[in-house]
Amino acid sequence: MKSKAAYLTPYFLWIALFVIAPMALILYQSFFSITGHFTFANYEEYLSSSVYLKMTFNSIWYALIITVLALAISYPTAYLINQLKNKQLWLLLIILPTWINLLLKTYAFIGLFSQNGSVNDFLRFVGLGSHQILFTDASFIFVATYIEIPFMILPIFNSLDELNPSLINASRDLGASNWQTFRRVIVPLTMPGVKAGFQAVFIPSLSLFMITRLIGGNRVITLGTAIEEHFLVTQNWGMGSTIGIILILAMFVVMFLTRDRKNRGGQIR
Amino acid sequence: MAGKVIEFRHVIKSFDETQVLKQIDFEIEAGKFYTLLGPSGCGKTTILRLIAGFLHPTSGEILFNGQTINEVPANQRQVNTVFQDYALFPHLNVEQNVAFGLEIKKVDKKIIKNKISDALKLVQLSGYGQRNIDELSGGQKQRVAIARAIVNEPKVLLLDEPLSALDHKLRKEMQGELRALQQRLGITFIFVTHDQEEALAMSDQIFVMNAGKILQSGTPVDIYDEPINHFVADFIGESNIIPGKMKDDYIVTFDGHDFECVDAGMKTNEAVEIVIRPEDLDIAPANTGKMNVTVDTQLFRGVDYQITAHDVNDNEWKINSIHKTTVGQMVGLNFDPEDIHVMRFGEDEATFDARLEQYE
Repeated sequence: MKSKAAYLTPYFLWIALFVIAPMALILYQSFFSITGHFTFANYEEYLSSSVYLKMTFNSIWYALIITVLALAISYPTAYLINQLKNKQLWLLLIILPTWINLLLKTYAFIGLFSQNGSVNDFLRFVGLGSHQILFTDASFIFVATYIEIPFMILPIFNSLDELNPSLINASRDLGASNWQTFRRVIVPLTMPGVKAGFQAVFIPSLSLFMITRLIGGNRVITLGTAIEEHFLVTQNWGMGSTIGIILILAMFVVMFLTRDRKNRGGQIR
Repeated sequence: MAGKVIEFRHVIKSFDETQVLKQIDFEIEAGKFYTLLGPSGCGKTTILRLIAGFLHPTSGEILFNGQTINEVPANQRQVNTVFQDYALFPHLNVEQNVAFGLEIKKVDKKIIKNKISDALKLVQLSGYGQRNIDELSGGQKQRVAIARAIVNEPKVLLLDEPLSALDHKLRKEMQGELRALQQRLGITFIFVTHDQEEALAMSDQIFVMNAGKILQSGTPVDIYDEPINHFVADFIGESNIIPGKMKDDYIVTFDGHDFECVDAGMKTNEAVEIVIRPEDLDIAPANTGKMNVTVDTQLFRGVDYQITAHDVNDNEWKINSIHKTTVGQMVGLNFDPEDIHVMRFGEDEATFDARLEQYE
C-alpha cells in the first residue's frame, strides 16, 4: 500500500498544483473588483450586461458552428481512412499539422487569405476578381474548423477502428442494406467517439481568441477575446476571472451532456 | 424428401495468389444437419462465407434452390449465420438484437413481439428480453445469437464454430440442444467445426476437408468406419495406421503376416495402408492372438485403459481396453476381418465409392 501511495504522489501533486490551485485562484480572483475590494459585482455585471450575454451567445454559437462543421467533415473522412489499406499512415498525415505551432499556422492563413495572397491571386486568375477574405466571419470559421478537425477525426477514427467487423457482417446477414447497417449499427456504436470529438472541439472553441483576432479581425468577439482584453488591456482581473469561471461551468455542462450513458438498451420503439 | 437447397459447382476461391478452395463440388439437401470438418485453415469457414455472401467465388457457381447466387449480396440471401464470436450488437438488448432482422424487413410490431418471445422460448431464454448483452454468460450469448438467426426463418442456418468459446460441459449440452433444435425446425444446418467428436455426434452428413478440398463426405458412421485415406483416418478419431500390401482380394499383408479382410478391387501386391481403431483391438494372453505386441504405456481414463504398445517391426499400436495389463509385458492382439480397413494411396472419393459399390 505504501508503494502505491508513492506512485500516486506525482499525480496528486500535478492535480493540486496545476488543476485545483489555478481554478481556486480564478474563483478567488473573480470576487474582487478592479480596486481590490471583495464583491459580487463582477457576476452581477456579467449577468445583467447585454454585452457579456451577447458575447457568451456568440461564443457558443460560433463554437457550435465550428464543431458541427468539423464533425460533418471528420466523420466521413475517418470512415474513409478506416477503409484504406495503410490507414495508420493516412491518419498520421491528418494529425501531422497539429505538430506545427498554432500561431505559425494562423500566420500562414493570413498569407493565403490577404489581398495579395495566393487565394486572391487564384481568384483574379480565373477572372473572379479579388475579395476581402481575411477578417470575415467565414474565414474565422474556416480556419478554426481547419485547426480543430484532427481533434475530431482522431476519436472517431479510433471508435471506428475498434468496431468489430463481424457486427457489420451480422447486420448484412440479417438483411440490412449498407445504409441501414450504417444507421443502425455503425453510428450508434461510434457515438462515444463522436462525443469525445465533440468535447475535444467544442470546449476549446468556446475560448478561441487568437484566431478571432488574427483571422477574424476582432469582428467576432468571444469570451476568449474578452478574457484576454480584461487581463492584458483593461487590467480588470476580477472580471476576466469571472468569465473564466463561466467558461469552466460551460465546460462541465458540455461534459455532462455528452457523457457516456451507462444504461444502454431499453424498450423496443 | 425435399431437394437440394445449395449446390457448389467447381467453386474456386483465391485470395491474391493463394487458392483457399480448390474446385469444390457438393450438394446440400433440405432439412439435414451438415458439418464441414477440418483443421484450421482448410477452407471450411471460407465455404460458409461464400454461402452467406460475405465472399464471392473466384470461379465456379453457387446455386441456391437451383438459381445462381454468385452475385447476390449477403443481405438478400435467405440464409442466416451464427457467428463464432456471436457478433451480438452491444448497443441493443436481447430483444432488440433478436428483432433486428425483422425490423429491417418492416414486419408488423405485434408479429415481431410474438416471434421474439417464441424464439427466446425456443432457446430457453424467456424473460431475458430486457437484458443487456454484456450481462449475459457465454452460453446465453450463444443462445441469443441462435435466436436472432432463426427468428428470420432462414432456409439454411450457417454456424461458424459457434461452440468453440464454450467450456466442455456447456459445449456438450449445446451440441444436444442444437441437434434437437435442427430436428424440430427442419431447417438445414451447416455447421463448421474442427472438433471431430462434435461432428460425429451432431451431423447427418459430414464433409471432411483439408487444404481447400473436400476429401470425403458421408454419414458419421461411414466416415468413421471407412476412412478414405490417412488424413481422414487420423483426423476422425484415434487410429492405428500401418503400412501393408494387398496380397489378393480379401487378403492383406502387414507386420509380416497375412490377414483376412473385407476389402477388394485393388491390384495384386498394391501398397496400401491399413487402419484399425484402438477400440476394435482386444487383448489376449501372449501368443494366443493374431499378433504379439509389447506394452509401453498404460493410462487409466475412467471408462477404459489407453494402452500404447509396439510390435516386432516397431509399429506403434494404440489399444483401448477395459482390461488392465502390465507395462513391459508381451500381450496378444485379436481383431476381426471387418475391423481392418484398407486405404489406397491417392484414391479420390469417386473411385473409392465405385470400388466399395463393387463388392458391398
